[in-house]
Amino acid sequence: MSEDKLTGYRGQLRKALTAAGVDIGDKLEVVVNNQQYRGSLMPRVETFDDWHLILKMVSGYNVGLAYNEAMVINKVGTAPKPEFKQPPLPKAEEGLPKVSIISTGGTIASRVDYVTGGVVSAMTSRDLLAIVPELVEVADVDADILYSVFSEDIGHKHWEGMAKRAYDKIKAGADGIIFTHGTDTMGYSAAAMSFAIQNLPVPVIFVGSQRSSDRPSSDNATNLMGGVYTAAHAPFAEVCVGLHENTSDESISYIRGTKVRKCHTSTRYAFQPVNAFPIARYKDGGVEMINPDYLPRRDAEPKLLNKFGDKVALVKFHPDMDPRLLEYYIDDGYKGMIIEATGLGQVNQTLWPAVERARKDGVFVGIVSQCIWGRVNLNVYSHGRELIDRGAVPMEDMHGETAFVKLKWCMGQTDDLDEVKKLMLTNLVGELNSRTPYLGRMG
Amino acid sequence: MDYKKLGLTVGIEIHQELDTEHKLFCSCPPKINKDEHDYTFTRKLRPAQSELGEIDPAALFEFLKGKRIIYQANYDSCCLVEMDEEPPGPMDAEALDIGLQFSLLTKGAPVDEVQIMRKTVVDGSNTGGFQRTSVISLGGELVAVGKTYHIEQVAIEEDAARKVEEDGDTITYRLDRLGIPLIEITTAPEMHTPKQVYDVAARIGSILRATGRVRRGLGTIRQDINVSIMNGAIIEVKGAQDLGMIETIVEYEAQRQATLVEIAEILNKRGVKAEMLRKDLQDVSELFKDTESRILVNALKKGGKVYAVKLKGFNGLTGMELCPNRRLGTEMSDHAKFMGGVRGIFHTDELPGYKITEAEVEALRKAVKADADDAVVIVADMEEKCKAALIAVVDRARQALDGVPAETRSANPDGTTRFTRPRPGAARMYPETDVKPVQITPEMIKEIKGRLPEMPEAKLARYQKEYSLNEKLATQIIDSDYLSLFEKLAAEGVSTTLLAVTLTEDLTKLRRDGVSVEELTDEAITDVFMMVESGNTVKESIPELLQYLADHLESSAEEALDKLGLAMISEDQLKAIIEEVVNNGMDLVKERGMGSMGPLMGATMSKVRGKAQPQVVQKLLQAAIKARLG
Repeated sequence: MSEDKLTGYRGQLRKALTAAGVDIGDKLEVVVNNQQYRGSLMPRVETFDDWHLILKMVSGYNVGLAYNEAMVINKVGTAPKPEFKQPPLPKAEEGLPKVSIISTGGTIASRVDYVTGGVVSAMTSRDLLAIVPELVEVADVDADILYSVFSEDIGHKHWEGMAKRAYDKIKAGADGIIFTHGTDTMGYSAAAMSFAIQNLPVPVIFVGSQRSSDRPSSDNATNLMGGVYTAAHAPFAEVCVGLHENTSDESISYIRGTKVRKCHTSTRYAFQPVNAFPIARYKDGGVEMINPDYLPRRDAEPKLLNKFGDKVALVKFHPDMDPRLLEYYIDDGYKGMIIEATGLGQVNQTLWPAVERARKDGVFVGIVSQCIWGRVNLNVYSHGRELIDRGAVPMEDMHGETAFVKLKWCMGQTDDLDEVKKLMLTNLVGELNSRTPYLGRMG
Repeated sequence: MDYKKLGLTVGIEIHQELDTEHKLFCSCPPKINKDEHDYTFTRKLRPAQSELGEIDPAALFEFLKGKRIIYQANYDSCCLVEMDEEPPGPMDAEALDIGLQFSLLTKGAPVDEVQIMRKTVVDGSNTGGFQRTSVISLGGELVAVGKTYHIEQVAIEEDAARKVEEDGDTITYRLDRLGIPLIEITTAPEMHTPKQVYDVAARIGSILRATGRVRRGLGTIRQDINVSIMNGAIIEVKGAQDLGMIETIVEYEAQRQATLVEIAEILNKRGVKAEMLRKDLQDVSELFKDTESRILVNALKKGGKVYAVKLKGFNGLTGMELCPNRRLGTEMSDHAKFMGGVRGIFHTDELPGYKITEAEVEALRKAVKADADDAVVIVADMEEKCKAALIAVVDRARQALDGVPAETRSANPDGTTRFTRPRPGAARMYPETDVKPVQITPEMIKEIKGRLPEMPEAKLARYQKEYSLNEKLATQIIDSDYLSLFEKLAAEGVSTTLLAVTLTEDLTKLRRDGVSVEELTDEAITDVFMMVESGNTVKESIPELLQYLADHLESSAEEALDKLGLAMISEDQLKAIIEEVVNNGMDLVKERGMGSMGPLMGATMSKVRGKAQPQVVQKLLQAAIKARLG
């Protein structure tokens, strides 16, 4: 939070407030256009205009008053000290599994500060347990903050740090890891962790929320509670994303990190499995396994492989696509690209020469489908075979984001293009499967 | 009651649904579904402990924690916004416009920028756990029956979901109503008699209707009434829907508070102190093992218990009437239901009774060591519920020592009220960051001022003059929900007196007869009038047609006419009937000549009433008689 005592106020109005000697939260009496208003000064959103003063009245309502030079601002009282009585910490039970919560940004949990209307995030294990006290009933929880970044600002440098932190926690005896993460790029980060820490002895679970934590209906406490329980007690040891299975607050599904995708901008059930069943479900206070094909929790030595390559692109094909777009990447020294082609894996013929050039220049080209669900197959149509002839590699049942992350990871592991190709077509952590299961409507 | 001596002070909040095209924060139509719901989903709300009321918030928190909320929804009236699955859209401009019209009509001062707030509501009636609300103007005044009253503020907010049922730990809501725009008008606490409260509510209602932009029908206008008396407490009575009941509600609430103050005095005289009201709960199941009380028998059969608690010094007080149909015991029972989820309690002031015998009461009193001055309360249910219920009873008894506990109550249909929840602390509001504030510019205000609707009295004068209505009819139509429809049909040439009578007196009569006239759409009513205008039926058929259409919502006016046999007969058919009447009455015609018109007119009309215009009948009959006399 900014130290500015007049957050968001600019220009003439800021000068007037400064002259009146008031800070955010102070009690004011404002007279403008022959009307008198009393209330506390509230912060102004920075991106809004600079001539409205926001006052919180005794009723709790905020009103915006337009500034003019005749406005009289009098300070009649100072801001009350924010008062938050920390509820007593629930007593942890002895001998519960240890779960480490690693925060990368967003808010794990928060409460509203009714003085400023701001949202105060839980920053420590103590805060967290005060807000979601039932966590102590299922695990011995520790929480720390690794990053405080928006999820769209997360990249492979963060993945490297995340993998290292999780690895350290596991080595230190954690029985499960929770990553809290903004949902927008959670699928990418989950895929990245899948490759970056292999041979896992315990589950690594990504948790987030689609409804902000400042509302009583937020899905975040439910997701966190389910995640911590699952990390502590579930019989599997894989990287998963765990958010609501549907719109009800009843079940959370755990989907393998390489087989998950955010498929909705806003709903609680935005995360859907792609070409695979979820691994497990948290419901009624327990975990039920859905997919018998999972790696079990076991005594294993985790391998930290947290290097990622930089020059990798994910390109979406579209009608009339200009081949120069692909050529740009080749010219710029990219080492690989994943093309989201149409249907089973076709692109416009005008792109073929660029694909041919990529092969010559030693740039890896992988083909996935923009259909999201299903497997690519370049042998069905002649246009598919033309791509294979030019060295493009079909990515089987991997969806675009996973293929992209995997390619970045491969580029971090080796410079040998043949080795990259081999790795890309080898199933490492459940990302590549020879069978495509029927998933109902989506499959 | 001497209200002045009581120190009665009342303020009201009127909530009226606005007749907009869209809901307040999404593009769903404001529509109440009569049909089955299409889908359901389940949620839990998670209130932060600090956001709850001041009375035993911990218990309330526990209570809420276990609640499961089921939402029922329809595809046509609910989108992801109501489901709390998508951020809200911008505030509906039409709703703000109607709100500002009211503000300006009542001399309020619009704010320069409307800030949308979230008001924490954790009963599940809002999927987000808060209601979106915003003050659009401050201050203002209105005159009701010659007296000036002040308005504190006008707000625009979203209506809540409809509660369908509450069963144990599950509450079910229907989402159609959620998000319908409401205007909320808060008056200053300046009313001091029940009649004044009625006057102000009626006046606000009539100004609202003057805008012609409010929804009508049951539940579209609701009053919250804040009542207090000297030494009492501010009690918020929520959800009074019937204007006619307002005076009774205020009267009963004043009476209830006065009696509670009296009870506190009696307890004080008896020397009862809070610490004497102990939470010593006693299992008395054994005493009732052979009871004939069905309620107790059933609870015991299901593996439940009968628990008792003594209330020191409460003998005769639990049975004391606070206002008609409400005793102190009823209040305790409400708390027991709320906290314990039990169905009710028994107290010794109402026993023996309910098949509980005098011998059983004696044994009960003995078991809990009750003196003659003490009351005993029993409850029968599962053990945990019994305990929670009786603890709530003791808590309520302790509150009785201080008179009136501050709480939120709901209006019952008979004008009494019931406890709903402890009064929340200061309103918990924080900004709705998903919706941008809306500016109200001087240009906007000027533009709205240029097209403000008339105030009701100006309208009354105009109606009497322009539509040739007498004062009574003009007043009735102006106060009715059908003002806009009246103006529209009058402009199309329908007789204004006929319109006014039909839309007020006839519809009121039908409503009293149990016909659901609020179901009638403007289109249906228009069609009926057009049937008359086009000569397809006579005006006398209107009430019958409207009743049929209200009972058969899917029917058209033509079908109604057909089904009821109210269609006009053709002139040829009419002539044939008249010929027959005249032939049968030839003796009379010969005897009285044109003087036979009266009786023959009567005979004809009895055959064709509702199917022919009397003037036409008269003309044809005259001709037929003349021809005979030729």
